[in-house]
Amino acid sequence: MSAFFSSPSVDAALVASTIVAALSAAIGYFVVLRGLTFAGHAVTDIGLTGGAGALLVGLDPLFGLLAFSVGAAAAIGVFGERARERDLATGLVLSLALGVGALFLHLQTTFANAQTSLLFGSVFDADPALLRVVAILAALALAALAIMYRPLLFASVAPDAARSAGVPIRSVGYAFLLIMAVAVAETAQIVGVLISTALLVGPAATAIALVRDPLRGVALAMLIAIVEAWVSIALSFASFGWSAGAHSWPVSFFVAAIALVVYVGASAFRDGTAS
Amino acid sequence: MSSLTAALSEPYLQNALWGGIIVALLAAFVGYFVIARQAAFATHALSQIGFAGAAGAELLGIEPLIGLLVFAVLGALGLGVLGERSRSRDVVTALVLVCSLGTGALFLALERDYASNAFSLLFGSIVGVDRLQVLLTALAALCAIALLAAIARPLLFASVARAAAGAAGVPVFALDLIFLIVVALAAAVTVPIVGTLLVFSLTIGPSAAASRIATNPAATISLAAGLGIIAVVAGIMLAYATDWPVGFYVSLIAFVEYALARFARRRTQAIA
Repeated sequence: MSAFFSSPSVDAALVASTIVAALSAAIGYFVVLRGLTFAGHAVTDIGLTGGAGALLVGLDPLFGLLAFSVGAAAAIGVFGERARERDLATGLVLSLALGVGALFLHLQTTFANAQTSLLFGSVFDADPALLRVVAILAALALAALAIMYRPLLFASVAPDAARSAGVPIRSVGYAFLLIMAVAVAETAQIVGVLISTALLVGPAATAIALVRDPLRGVALAMLIAIVEAWVSIALSFASFGWSAGAHSWPVSFFVAAIALVVYVGASAFRDGTAS
Repeated sequence: MSSLTAALSEPYLQNALWGGIIVALLAAFVGYFVIARQAAFATHALSQIGFAGAAGAELLGIEPLIGLLVFAVLGALGLGVLGERSRSRDVVTALVLVCSLGTGALFLALERDYASNAFSLLFGSIVGVDRLQVLLTALAALCAIALLAAIARPLLFASVARAAAGAAGVPVFALDLIFLIVVALAAAVTVPIVGTLLVFSLTIGPSAAASRIATNPAATISLAAGLGIIAVVAGIMLAYATDWPVGFYVSLIAFVEYALARFARRRTQAIA
């Protein structure tokens, strides 16, 4: 146990995952509420392509990641303005971005390694400089979310009523997509697409299933996400001797599995108390 | 032109073209229902879920295709059963997707050698298709299309008016499961040839374009099949000529088809 807390790479992983978990869960609450789950996942895959493209032309991957994810969010917003079309619009934008990603992969073979680590995450060796950038972006995103909390909640839960009460629901929708794109792309860069999507969707959906009050829901989602992330890191650390060979089990496996099990359990619990 | 004739006499290119055309035909049938059911996310997930199965099969030393099929069917059942009991199908899709990819990551961590093999599945290798694979894919596509045709009427009813279909005695949950399994199996048998990317692009792009233009199901599926075949044949020929990946061209052409259809539709509406 003491080896766990005295390891510097574990310390770094705990700090990184706490920032990622808190941000993902808060954004994720509205992602789930607004039916943007597919978009929230797609933006991470698309951001990955952008990061690879930036590497290809010699830019900082951060720029490519942000440019592609914000562009994708805007395209999903424009093509999928009607909720009925959003699933398809998201799929089409994602499909195009994956195709461009295949081209980048072809043009630069070193991208394959970068993509593997982005896909599955490398929470134990997060770059401290990158972490600082992400901490700042996370603080900005949470502040923006706090400022637009009331109109966003109103527009998400009862869009028609919000519109007639004078809430600019289109602007609110686009502003949220923008915040989501920046936040999700950043978390994906640190922890990979898998953990990013798992923490975006799982804890928020669990909290929505369990708690009706939105403010308590957001707080519960953040708490669940942080606990899930810490437990996963601890399990990954402990798993070093579980299988033959000197491999530990990946954090992304634990986060994804725990997020699914906790959500299914919470849904079953809610159904049990409801009936 | 003579170089084109020379290229078309290459057996591997012929196999690739036939394989691509079969996948495009199957995708037109599946895609029609994917759009009617707003199941693009589930389609994306099911085409990737098999990756973990293939990785696991290599770890156990068995045929990757078996692992791919097992995981694809388990994934379809997981989406169907958990989605039925959840308030949000998308939440379940996202969590089942990351869970299966996470399992794939675990298999990768346990055994590092086969990684390249499993990764080729993500992008496929249409140049490495042999005659037997083309025949197997044709057989699987024929079965999937026959199954879809057999349940087309109740499936469409359940897709566009779920509550009404359920009230009329249509077994909506069973249809959900059958449809998801067809999507999963279609992806599993075509993914090794064309990669997850092509399957996904061909399933939603041409169908989305066709649904903007055609009005009845038969016309939409026929148009989608035509647009899909154009995308895949042009994609393969361009890839042959430029050495860039097939997936890039096919996804680009499919997207352009959709954008043009959307634009054409808006113009005709403005005139009318």
